[in-house]
Amino acid sequence: MSELKVPTMAEMMAMGEKPDVLFWVGCSGSFDDRAKKITKAVVKILNACDVKFAVLGTEESCTGDPAKRSGNEFLFQMQAMMNIQVLDGYEVKKIVTACPHCFNTLKNEYPGLGGNYEVIHHSQLINDLFKEGKLKVAGGGDFKGKKITFHDPCYLGRANDVYEAPREVLQKLDAELVEMKRCKTKGLCCGAGGAQMFKEAEPGNKEINVERTEDALEVKPNIIATGCPFCNTMMTDGVKNFNKEAEIEVLDIAEMISSAADL
Amino acid sequence: MHFGISNIIFILILLTSTAFFGYKVRQIIQNIRLGKSLDRNDNKGERMKTMIRVALGQSKMVSRPVAGIMHIFIYVAFVITQIELLESIIDGISGQHRIFVGLGGFYAFVISLIEVLSVLALVATLIFLIRRNLLKIPRFVKSEMTGWPKLDGNIILYLEFILVICIFTMNGADEVLRLRGESHAAGSGSYGFLLSSQMGPAIFGGMDSGTLHLLERIGWWGHFVVVMGFLSYLPFSKHLHILWAFPNVYYSNLKAKGQFTNMESVTNEVKLMLDPNVDPFAAPAADPEAVPEKFGAKDVTDLTWVNILNAYTCTECGRCTSSCPANVTGKKLSPRKIMMDVRDRVEEVGAGIRKEGEEFNDGKSLLGDYITEEEVWACTSCNACVQECPVNIDPLSIIVDLRRYLVMEESKIPSELATMNTNIENNQAPWQFSPADRLNWKDEA
Repeated sequence: MSELKVPTMAEMMAMGEKPDVLFWVGCSGSFDDRAKKITKAVVKILNACDVKFAVLGTEESCTGDPAKRSGNEFLFQMQAMMNIQVLDGYEVKKIVTACPHCFNTLKNEYPGLGGNYEVIHHSQLINDLFKEGKLKVAGGGDFKGKKITFHDPCYLGRANDVYEAPREVLQKLDAELVEMKRCKTKGLCCGAGGAQMFKEAEPGNKEINVERTEDALEVKPNIIATGCPFCNTMMTDGVKNFNKEAEIEVLDIAEMISSAADL
Repeated sequence: MHFGISNIIFILILLTSTAFFGYKVRQIIQNIRLGKSLDRNDNKGERMKTMIRVALGQSKMVSRPVAGIMHIFIYVAFVITQIELLESIIDGISGQHRIFVGLGGFYAFVISLIEVLSVLALVATLIFLIRRNLLKIPRFVKSEMTGWPKLDGNIILYLEFILVICIFTMNGADEVLRLRGESHAAGSGSYGFLLSSQMGPAIFGGMDSGTLHLLERIGWWGHFVVVMGFLSYLPFSKHLHILWAFPNVYYSNLKAKGQFTNMESVTNEVKLMLDPNVDPFAAPAADPEAVPEKFGAKDVTDLTWVNILNAYTCTECGRCTSSCPANVTGKKLSPRKIMMDVRDRVEEVGAGIRKEGEEFNDGKSLLGDYITEEEVWACTSCNACVQECPVNIDPLSIIVDLRRYLVMEESKIPSELATMNTNIENNQAPWQFSPADRLNWKDEA
């Protein structure tokens, strides 16, 4: 494995340079052990394609998404305005993130507070890199012939109408892409949105991630693909709930592409 | 025929029903205006297009094909039948019989179309009754669908059923009369209506003309009375969607569904907090008239007028609830119930204010007396309810405003979320990690 090149905005600025895109890592991608692997996969792809990018590093802070969704508008706007000051200080124009919650907040809720950026999800960036010919996977690697089902993250799909980019990326893997009965606009939530990730669910007769994992198990996949660190956690737990972790992997599309491209 | 006592009765029923309907609709508009202002007058072209596509074109209905197509039968039948209603009204006022018959072939075509659509609507009505009462489709038997809402759903279908029977009795009997040259309509011979020209003689052919005149009148008056009864009943029914669906879709949110509003009142305060040049001891700009702003929503008057319009538009189909991840896993939250609660509460508040004036206070509120905190906290904000609604109702924005009130006014928040928010404040992440460690992943194997 080659060394990851992860320049920070501060380092770039010190060298008098400006990246083409800021990689917004997000809290999960920075601190969650599982999500860190996704972060590294994204970096490997960026490095391999010579994308001139940088991260904020320790200057990055929560976008405020879970604060806003839990009703704490004050905290959200405090976070947003501090982040906007940092982003504008570095004259950031374009942001890519592997977290649909960060994606939605930066894209839709920051402009009203003065933060205007072109924000894309990593599935869109990876799709663009394929289209530009900068990224290639030969034969799909380990994924060739495997059965893959994509779980739509709510904040990527319904919230922002991005359904095709992750699917187009997965099609590069020479695998069999199968849809769950509830997919795209009808995709069922993994149970983590709206700050549910951070609390126990209200009393009911089932956990939402278990209900969603049942959808996935119905199509008998080898891999459940996601594009969100929270969905990844929830689906991984769901698969464990059915003791299927030996047969079914839950992977982010960035990890799959990075692996298939042998990065 | 000529003008007589029956015409006077007709005009009285017509005027009373429409006046009553107008009076109730005016009250509903007053209730909608109890909501806070929200500018939805932008993008008129896009709004019009959305209304034509979603409301007029029923584009979201067909995502569930059985209910969607059956609904289109009833919808199209309802719209086209208005031509016949118009004729009935002119006839009823002026004392004529089938004034449009002079249009000849075109008249036969229109009535034939109405007849075909009426049969389709009848089939749809039966299927809907079966779905509600025999098959017990889960979304029609949820806990909020007992009592009045259940009865309301059925009443409309029964009325529809009676209406179609009346139309065919009227057309069938009149067909036979006209074949005998005894109809009050101009001309003679068959009307040439597609279905009643066959069915009329088959069913009514053996009856004497006196009975047929009576049956024709029963059908005609029945049709009219059911329609006027329906009109008077509408303001109390979920069925009001036939009216509000259009403005509701027109004024619906056009932005990305994931985008929550940024509260302006909060923005001003946050800007003051972050501005190093602000004098913290400066007296706030004095405005003796200013009402202290409440954050979020506790009662219906804290919601926007669009939220309330949404509630009056809801026809309780339950597509939202059947797609809600919280509801399908047995939690108490039901987006449909949120809308029904808003409507019930605004009816109560509206009536109270009309009776007691602006200071009306019954000590109750939407949050607490209608919607529990447990429901509010079960939402994953996944937008499935918003996506599924055939008329673009947005239950999520109400849930978020209720959360905002709980958190910012009453500091009532599940303890894990309180911890999460504290972590964001102190550590810039929802977990208790040091911000200094944010880039550590780079060097970890």
